[in-house]
Amino acid sequence: MQSLGIDVLFKGRNLLRLLGGLWVAVRISLISVALSIVLGLLIGVLMTGKSPVLRGVFRLYLETVRILPQMVLLFIVYFGTTRLFGWNLSAEVSAVFVFTFWGAAEMGDLVRGAILSIPSIQRESAQALGMTPRQVYGYVILPQTVRRLIPLSINLITRMIKTTSLVMMIGMVEVLKVAQQIIEANRRTSPNAAFGLFAVVFLLYFAICWPISRLAGYLEKRWA
Amino acid sequence: MKFSTWKRITAVALALALTFALAACGKGDSGAAPAGDAGSDAAGFRTLDEIKASGTVNIGVFSDKSPFGYVDENGDYQGYDVYFAQRIGEDLGVEVNYVSTEAANRIEYLQTGKVDIILANFTVTEERAQEVDFALPYMNVALGVVSPDERVITSLDELGADDEVIVISGTTAETYLEKNNPEIKLQKYDAYAEAKTALENGNGAAWANDNTEVIAFAIENPGYTVGIPSLGSADTIAPAVTKGNDTLLNWLNDEIMALGAENFFHTDYEATLLDTYGADYEDTLVVEGGVTAG
Repeated sequence: MQSLGIDVLFKGRNLLRLLGGLWVAVRISLISVALSIVLGLLIGVLMTGKSPVLRGVFRLYLETVRILPQMVLLFIVYFGTTRLFGWNLSAEVSAVFVFTFWGAAEMGDLVRGAILSIPSIQRESAQALGMTPRQVYGYVILPQTVRRLIPLSINLITRMIKTTSLVMMIGMVEVLKVAQQIIEANRRTSPNAAFGLFAVVFLLYFAICWPISRLAGYLEKRWA
Repeated sequence: MKFSTWKRITAVALALALTFALAACGKGDSGAAPAGDAGSDAAGFRTLDEIKASGTVNIGVFSDKSPFGYVDENGDYQGYDVYFAQRIGEDLGVEVNYVSTEAANRIEYLQTGKVDIILANFTVTEERAQEVDFALPYMNVALGVVSPDERVITSLDELGADDEVIVISGTTAETYLEKNNPEIKLQKYDAYAEAKTALENGNGAAWANDNTEVIAFAIENPGYTVGIPSLGSADTIAPAVTKGNDTLLNWLNDEIMALGAENFFHTDYEATLLDTYGADYEDTLVVEGGVTAG
């Protein structure tokens, strides 16, 4: 343990600081993921709609999100809005906005794909039974869509959690940044601390992502 | 028809949700940072009086560049830059709010007025001076050359035809030597650790890098001496403010000159850099009162 420099974790408030950083990452990703799921479901439904204008708008939105790296989006929202409009968004609001903007677009596309994968006979049969369009969606299409969505959205969610490390570029100190701070502060006394600390950060990310993946597995089985 | 009505409702709901989200962002922030709003009408920076009135000065520092700006195990900012920042806060009579910056976003922070001063080991260059305003310098940076004790290189002329100099690719040392001493054979490595191993194995006669790096290396590794502590064009490190923020810039310049009278930056060096660079290089690295030796 000594050689890996794990001991620096127990100096002063280092462990608490690392967990505090983890909380920042988790807070941003949980809020963004929750917003993305809600907005993504709406966007996905709209993307399968008949209006070519609406479809075109969402297509443009999705392509924009795909083309722009998240880092650029963060800079645009945090620094760009100040330059252009004089808005002073806090780093956290900017981060949540960017991750939701990204998550909702990708989630929307996943929802669109999942809805289209439901055989049209399902809708036709429901309509033949006399269900209203709302009932068709609520009782037939969406439940099946959500089930197909679970494995797809888990990839997106875990990716969003890991990408939160970019918020260090707009001055937020999250778990990875705290780890770098601890490593640098102890560079001379424990030069190998990087190995140990990054291993701990790995375990922390794992501890967040694994339960999500387990929950998904459970839901998939239960709703199958 | 009914089906599309439902979709229309969804579209309206979505639009409302987005509008609401944006409105909420705007509201939350204008309330949280009234001081920032006051400055934004004056081209995106806060004047000296606005900073004093707000009771807080926002200073951008590195949080992971020991020993210049880093965070200690208690979560407090420390280092050569931070020691100075603390003093600025005291003399302005305000609290210091440290903002963790990265090398890549320092200029952006100043141009948007999100920090008042950058004190993040910021080397003065011509390109940067067009984007931000630099105050008087408080530290020197130059290149340095370290070599084994058995054969200390004190001048580049001592290098023989067969001697190779170790450099790390992409550093100022590489660019400088290629431009000014093209006759010297260079041995290029991608990473610090590789260059270090190469010197220890005797692959090269000397190693050229930023002088702070080679000085720290010689102190950590007995058997090596920095024969050339200052090579090439000496650059300086200075505080920077938003372009055009003259009140703050003038105050900083006066402050740096006044601090020279009490040898403040030597005290700063002794408190923060002595462990890493030793007493021998104090006068090489420190700039006192904004006056550079050269």
